[in-house]
Amino acid sequence: MLPGLKSFAVLSVVLAAWGSVPAQADTIRVNIDKLVFDPPNITAKVGDTIEWVNADILAHTATVKGDWDVMIPPKKTVSYVLKKAGDVEYYCRFHPNMKGRIAVAPK
Amino acid sequence: MFVRLSAAIAAVCLLSSPSFAQNAKPTDPQIAHIAYTAGVIDVTAAKQAIKKSKNKEVIAFAKDMVRDHEAVNKQALALVKKLKVTPEDNDTSRSLAKSATEKQAELAKLKGAAYDRAYAANEVAYHKAVIGALDTLLIPSASNAELKSLLQTGTKIFQGHLEHAEHVAADLK
Repeated sequence: MLPGLKSFAVLSVVLAAWGSVPAQADTIRVNIDKLVFDPPNITAKVGDTIEWVNADILAHTATVKGDWDVMIPPKKTVSYVLKKAGDVEYYCRFHPNMKGRIAVAPK
Repeated sequence: MFVRLSAAIAAVCLLSSPSFAQNAKPTDPQIAHIAYTAGVIDVTAAKQAIKKSKNKEVIAFAKDMVRDHEAVNKQALALVKKLKVTPEDNDTSRSLAKSATEKQAELAKLKGAAYDRAYAANEVAYHKAVIGALDTLLIPSASNAELKSLLQTGTKIFQGHLEHAEHVAADLK
């Protein structure tokens, strides 16, 4: 490819991305009560924030194996901004019987 | 025949450790004592593991056990105080404590990987036994709704710990 063409290609990609910036990122709340993620299944998009509200007296985590790991102390609210598209299953490392799922759409 | 059969069942129950065998339905003060004792036993076992083990995963698991069971027992104490229930010692609590002390002495003799494996295996067995007792004896016998609800949450915690303990045990193999 000619150098000129290459930079044109890059420029078009950048411009295309510029033009498709979504309206806004959302915050999605997931409650934790008595060792249950509620709702267990959510849909979101890249850039959205997941907010876990832990009503339990126990510490939990929201962990995706081989990827992200969020500590959620007792009686605290913790947020995480989704960075990648795809369906992910997450669980609590301390109580692996706690499971949730997030379907993350691209931005 | 029936008497003999029940005697046989009782004998088997006494042999299996830990033993939750009890003929009479426990009262709420007794249930509170049993549940509290079950938590204390796991904390004691975990503290021994934190001292003895050199394995990072085992130590992390043991610390989780201390943190969770101490938090739950604190909540249990607050509940019995609110309900004006005085936990009452009983045969089940005593038999639990006795087998736990024996197990701890047995584990104390082990070292290194052998200790880690034995601790993890015992955590799996112990959590299974407690879940069984909660489901078949303690929860159905509890008459106070708040106590019942705390025990039900307790079952979920023990189930979570059981899965966690199974992961640890599998990683040690």
